[in-house]
Amino acid sequence: MTHDRDTSAERVTEYVTVMIGGQLFGLPIGRVQDVFMPERLTRVPLAGAEIAGVLNLRGRIVTAIDMRLRLGLPPRTDARARMAVGVELGAESYGLMIDSVGEVLKLDDATREPNPVNLDARWAGVSGGVHRLEGQLMVILDVDRVLDMANDAMAA
Amino acid sequence: MDDLLREFLTETNESLDVVDVELVRFEQEPNNTAILGNIFRLVHTIKGTCGFLGLPRLEALSHAAETLMGKFRDGMPVTAPAVTLILSTIDRLKDVLAGLEQNQQEPDGSDADLIAELERMAIEAAGGRAARPEPKDDKSTAGSLVYQVLERQLRPGEVSLDDLERAFQETQVERPTPKADAKAKAKSAGEDEERADPKVASQSIRVNVDTLETLMTMVSELVLTRNQLLEIVRQHEDSEFKVPLQRLSNVTAELQEGVMKTRMQPIGHAWQKLPRLLRDLSAELGKEIELEMHGADTELDRQVLDLIKDPLTHMVRNSADHGLETPDVRRAAGKPEKGTIRLSAYHQGGHIIIEIADDGRGLNSGKIRRKAVDLGLASESDVEKMTEAQIHKFIFVPGFSTAGAVTSVSGRGVGMDVVRNNIDQIGGIIDVKSVPGEGSSFTIKIPLTLAIVSALIVESAGERFAIPQLSVVELVRAQANSEHRIERIKDTAVLRLRNKLLPLIHLKTLLAIGEGDDAENGFIVVTQVGSQTFGIVVDGVFHTEEIVVKPMSTKLRHIQMFSGNTILGDGSVIMIIDPNGIAQTVGSASPVAAESEAQSETRKQKTHSLLVFRAGSPQPKAVPLSLVTRLEEIDCRKIELSNGRHLVQYRGQLMPLVRVNDEVRVRHEGTQPLLVFSDGGRSMGLVVDEIVDIVEDTLDIEVGSDTPGLLGCAVIRGQATEIIDVGHFLPLAYADWFARRDMKSEALTRSLLLVDDSAFFRNMLTPVLKAAGYEVTAVAAPAEALALIKKGERFDVVVSDIEMPGMNGFELAEAIRADERGAAIPIIALSSITSPATVERGRQAGFREFVAKFDRPGLIAALKEQTVAWDEAA
Repeated sequence: MTHDRDTSAERVTEYVTVMIGGQLFGLPIGRVQDVFMPERLTRVPLAGAEIAGVLNLRGRIVTAIDMRLRLGLPPRTDARARMAVGVELGAESYGLMIDSVGEVLKLDDATREPNPVNLDARWAGVSGGVHRLEGQLMVILDVDRVLDMANDAMAA
Repeated sequence: MDDLLREFLTETNESLDVVDVELVRFEQEPNNTAILGNIFRLVHTIKGTCGFLGLPRLEALSHAAETLMGKFRDGMPVTAPAVTLILSTIDRLKDVLAGLEQNQQEPDGSDADLIAELERMAIEAAGGRAARPEPKDDKSTAGSLVYQVLERQLRPGEVSLDDLERAFQETQVERPTPKADAKAKAKSAGEDEERADPKVASQSIRVNVDTLETLMTMVSELVLTRNQLLEIVRQHEDSEFKVPLQRLSNVTAELQEGVMKTRMQPIGHAWQKLPRLLRDLSAELGKEIELEMHGADTELDRQVLDLIKDPLTHMVRNSADHGLETPDVRRAAGKPEKGTIRLSAYHQGGHIIIEIADDGRGLNSGKIRRKAVDLGLASESDVEKMTEAQIHKFIFVPGFSTAGAVTSVSGRGVGMDVVRNNIDQIGGIIDVKSVPGEGSSFTIKIPLTLAIVSALIVESAGERFAIPQLSVVELVRAQANSEHRIERIKDTAVLRLRNKLLPLIHLKTLLAIGEGDDAENGFIVVTQVGSQTFGIVVDGVFHTEEIVVKPMSTKLRHIQMFSGNTILGDGSVIMIIDPNGIAQTVGSASPVAAESEAQSETRKQKTHSLLVFRAGSPQPKAVPLSLVTRLEEIDCRKIELSNGRHLVQYRGQLMPLVRVNDEVRVRHEGTQPLLVFSDGGRSMGLVVDEIVDIVEDTLDIEVGSDTPGLLGCAVIRGQATEIIDVGHFLPLAYADWFARRDMKSEALTRSLLLVDDSAFFRNMLTPVLKAAGYEVTAVAAPAEALALIKKGERFDVVVSDIEMPGMNGFELAEAIRADERGAAIPIIALSSITSPATVERGRQAGFREFVAKFDRPGLIAALKEQTVAWDEAA
């Protein structure tokens, strides 16, 4: 789980912020390879609902995960172009499909708060804590757990 | 790791592998000094190099082994224990080498046991002859080095005099060779010269496998990019890029081939360890085994080679342990005592076929069947219906091992399933054929390379998929009003393809991407996986393309239907269908598929000549031709009516005519077609409307009938045909037809057990036999028959078919003979095959008589004879 790293003095993490179903999320910038527009998505029959499909990104096959479904949110109905955040796990590439990408934020680790105890279990499973920003909250996405759970959810 | 050490490890490992093989050869040809010289030289080199690198354990061991081999060279008889000892020394050397590779230093441990043993044996050998003093003069023969035993006391790490001497000698030899970086190399150069092997001249270099792997990946990417470019150019007809791109394309193809070649290795590499393995096994199992290897130079991708090495070894092990019998069993079965395992490899298309065959006892279908039921893989009734081939497939199921006793060789429950897994992984196919008493053979079909495969691009529900060409047999276009149309049995789609029913699977249904409701149209990709053939229905077929297989993401790997994905020329990603995965689904989800396979197999075995005719209705009727004595067309004027019955004068007798049914009109003019049935001097004419044809087909009565005179319905030549029951009509002509001869002396009814898997024969024979005075119990399966006998039911005689699925008639007869209650019951075989060999086989199995199917009088006569004989005996 998340350990408070208050042993080191001032630690700052940079987050790429994204919007998924009206909620602001942050991904540690170290984990983000690139941000792209998913094109020519090939759906994978028999795969779990969260798997939006696979696509060719500069010669690599990327597995796209629909973050709305991953978080138990309703699928998007509007036709606006979607974005994806490219992440890697092992030697494999994944694309986390999100609604839109925001700015990069530098946030002090000290201000990070643990997940509220009453957070939806599905969210709590992928969240690495919460940052209170001005006017809104940013949920930290734990990339490993986002990808890990994808497997369980499908098996279930 | 230091270069020198790495070089040493690679070389030594290779040398040891060679020594392994050579030693086994040497044991068989102890007088072949060339082999001995080769072994000796290799071990000596190892010893020398170890001394140089400061590896005392290895050196001491190889020295001791060398000493013993020196004795062989001096004329000591080559004994099996000595060879075994040297072989185990080599195993120890390999262990030490493995440790060395891991930790870069020799693992701790003592080899005193082996060394002592080696020395003891060497001394025993020397016992006979006086130990020679310093044989320095031996060195005078250039190139042939003889080593004496006296240095045995040499401590590990010390260098013997003649080693030094040799080092000097070889350094001299080294002069002409350019590489002088390491002693080890110098030595190998030296010994090459000694060997005067033509291979030395070949210009080869060692390249790290990783380098080749990278190269292959790059080429794969190049192929992809090429495909993309070609796709773009295809859209612009007059592109100036066209010509250069064509060249690029050719060069890429050549490059691909070239790189592939560098990865190719002869399959003999994977076989190298087998002679040694079998030698040890034959000693352990007390069997004599001969290993034949054909096509060892057949080349395949080293990645594939690595993956099949273990399965091959395992299968050879299995053949030796389970397949081959012990010499006394073989002798009893009239086979040569020495069992043979034959390995062969050859190319076929873009694939390589490897066969592992033995001439052993074959797979024990009965045992496999029982085990399958015990493990809950199939129900009792399921396994009865299955063909031998289907039964044999169970051996590939995880945890399936029929070995009664767990030997150290095999039978640990990790067996053929692991083999199959490994082969599945590389997109290969494994199949087994087995003939009881004659042996079994495993066939593996694998792609030459894994990275690039040829695939058929198909479309289903608007999406494209790739199906590896490896398993595609043919393409069939199905259309509603054509010869090939999709038909349905309940909800299962099937296709009639060359008189076989092919189970079909709609790809869209299978992948849950749409409804397969456009029932009768589509393209059918006929796919074969092992002995299972099925059709995959798709909406469209595009073309074949060389695709670069990319593994599925770990998040998607659980989907059995796909073996990977690939990027097509147009840049889109598509899934590669895994025929193995589909085959499993077909096999489990739709029993119809399995059944139709079972049926088609039975059909193959049992075709009958059938007379097809019409009588009373447009629907064809049929009767087995062998029951019909003659076909006649008689002049209608000859038909007379007497006492309400039609009669005709036929060959000087009055022959009653019987109509098949009331709808049949006896004609008054022209000619009247008749089927004449004769028996014991009496004849009967069956009045029909029209004789249509004589066809050769199988007889499966699919729908039974309650109508008198009809046995039921069967599909003959693709048409539903009524099969008439001759037994019903005969008494209509002569009420006493059956009774008159046979029943005379039979005061008491005898009980008869009729075993035949064909409903037709059961239905046909039961009334006949009943009429002959027997109380008939008819069963469809040998197992049922056996169960009845074991239960203690009394039968005076058993009549059994020979060709039945599952247990055949011979096995049944043997089983009945083996049962104390059944031992005395006479058994009569009923078979469509009555070749002398079959009859002989039948007699051995315990059949008293062999009667051809349809030979009713013959059967009745045989029954009488047997039951009378038994009465007299009783």
